[in-house]
Amino acid sequence: MFITNDVEADDWDRMTLRLAGGESVLSGLWGETDAVRIAVLDAAVSGITVLRLPCPGGHFPSVARHHPVAIRLERAIRDLFGLIPDGTPDARPWLDHGKWEVRHPLSKTSGTELSPAPYMFLPSEGESLHQIPVGPVHAGIIEPGHFRFTANGETVVRLEERLGYVHRGIEGLLAGAGLARGAQVAGRVSGDSTVAYALAFSRAAESACGARVPPRAHYLRALLAELERIANHFGDIGAICNDASFPLIQAHCAVLREEVLRATNSCFGHRLARDCIVPGGLARDLEDGGAAILRRLTATLGSKFARIVEVYDNTASLQDRTGGAGIVKPELARRFGAGGYIGRASGRSFDARRALPFPPYDALAFEVPVLDAGDVNARVWIRIREIEQSLLLLEHVLDTLPSGPVRADVTPGAGEAAVLVEGFRGDILVYLRLDENGCIERCHFRDPSWFQWPLLEAAIEGNIVADFPLCNKSFNCSYSGHDL
Amino acid sequence: MRRLLFEGLFRKPLTEPRPNTDDKEIRELVARMTKSARRRLGHSLSIREVDAGSCNGCELEIHALSNAFYDLERFGLRFVASPRHADVLLVTGPVTKNMHEALERTYAAMPSPKWVVAAGDCAFNGGVFAGSYAVGRGVAAVVPVDLYIEGCPPTPVSLLKGLLTLMEAQAHHTTP
Ligand code: SF4
Repeated sequence: MFITNDVEADDWDRMTLRLAGGESVLSGLWGETDAVRIAVLDAAVSGITVLRLPCPGGHFPSVARHHPVAIRLERAIRDLFGLIPDGTPDARPWLDHGKWEVRHPLSKTSGTELSPAPYMFLPSEGESLHQIPVGPVHAGIIEPGHFRFTANGETVVRLEERLGYVHRGIEGLLAGAGLARGAQVAGRVSGDSTVAYALAFSRAAESACGARVPPRAHYLRALLAELERIANHFGDIGAICNDASFPLIQAHCAVLREEVLRATNSCFGHRLARDCIVPGGLARDLEDGGAAILRRLTATLGSKFARIVEVYDNTASLQDRTGGAGIVKPELARRFGAGGYIGRASGRSFDARRALPFPPYDALAFEVPVLDAGDVNARVWIRIREIEQSLLLLEHVLDTLPSGPVRADVTPGAGEAAVLVEGFRGDILVYLRLDENGCIERCHFRDPSWFQWPLLEAAIEGNIVADFPLCNKSFNCSYSGHDL
Repeated sequence: MRRLLFEGLFRKPLTEPRPNTDDKEIRELVARMTKSARRRLGHSLSIREVDAGSCNGCELEIHALSNAFYDLERFGLRFVASPRHADVLLVTGPVTKNMHEALERTYAAMPSPKWVVAAGDCAFNGGVFAGSYAVGRGVAAVVPVDLYIEGCPPTPVSLLKGLLTLMEAQAHHTTP
């Protein structure tokens, strides 16, 4: 499932060219104090390949020079570790806004040299162009980020994103920490994906330590993951319709979301199921009567949601806004390896639950919906179909839920692992290496948003400025998951 | 759609009763409010929310305040788009260094009198992120905090209780 190799610069370059040629998909690129690592997905190999390139001189051959998808990842590596990508097309900082009081905080020689030069947005030249700066504080209740629009009248000519405002230094906090703290912080990388992150971290820890998880825990984890997916998709569908000036659907979706959260709270003691998944299994079993609560939930959600879908499908004014807006071309989704509903609305069928099945998904039947249109409407429909599939999965899991313990002991020890878990937004990569005491030597989280944010810049081009909130909602990328 | 609308007319509302705000622990959360401030608050509050480095979990529950179960507008509480229209700044997150200036500027843009509510364990003291090179020590290190609401994230009920406490303080403290 996971292979790691030390390579020379030549092999590194060959891999870069494979990525550029579309033979492999970039799944992660991150730094260490003295090396860089790249994770790739191969159509031929059913697993993740991780290559490590030692960088004794503090330089490495840029991946982005052949495969621009890596640009922001390399800018982040440089900001955090001070490793320089030779030949990179974009040497501007990314996460470092010059406010940290240290430079290259994760490098061996983190220093306090001068902060980076003032940030330069890419120039746009032409007659009658104007710029609109938006953020980091937005009008709604959303996460902080800056968007720089260049517009010609109403039409967006270019959007440039600037992120990093939510950078909390998570990877630095985890260095030297134990597994319990690791799981706790992992669950707070991106709050809406707290289950998916805790699951990814726990699976990496279990794999690194060679621990086995009881079957009941696997099934309950899937239960939590599908509840999280459903709750978020309800929230998204409502928010998208609201931004298309149709608040009726939002009102109803918000009620369904609340019902999912309340059921989760009754069954697992927390509305978002935070801190439930831990290395070895689950921190707590399903409450007594939980299965009955969840069965009632799936039954009522199914019928109520069907009526909302009918309204969505039959409201021409709504379809008029979502159809044809914010198109992501399938070719672009493939090149960026975009996951989740963004990839699947643009013809990329990848789903980690299917491509790299982990228990219990290897034993459960479900469909992965795919569409080609790539517009806001397609992203809504993928979510609708995924909710339907997840409701079926919940029933499957409840029908086949094994009995027994929900947690096994994990003996912390040296080891490393990389795992891919399907969150509601797409595939989350976690790379974890433990030292001989079982403490974290390096833990890297790659949010699906890394390969989705750049597509938003492409999708908005040629749309009117007023449609940006709608397109942005249909992406619903994570700021916190990306900024770490 | 007609069916959905008709049902809405005849169904019992989902909205829950107002939460009790006399709880002792809530009273104790009020950290800095003066009597005169309480008198001026009146019965309506405009709230500007700022995410100062949260994991977005707090935002999810703040959003939930607007759903049919909690329906915060029935209490005269509403979210506004601009700090210029706000009485209350609701802040989440440990305040990352990269958001420090934006938070200060948002606070400065609000007209006086103004109050700050820090929601979530991160906002209190940095929470699980405390000690990182990239975050500070919570909201109070940047702007003066009037009320803390605990939780990771705080539930919609505790958020509502906290905000109502802030609003009601006036009724309890204006003596004839
Ligand atoms: S208090 Fe908890 S939910 Fe809120 S931002 Fe912090 S970690 Fe996230």
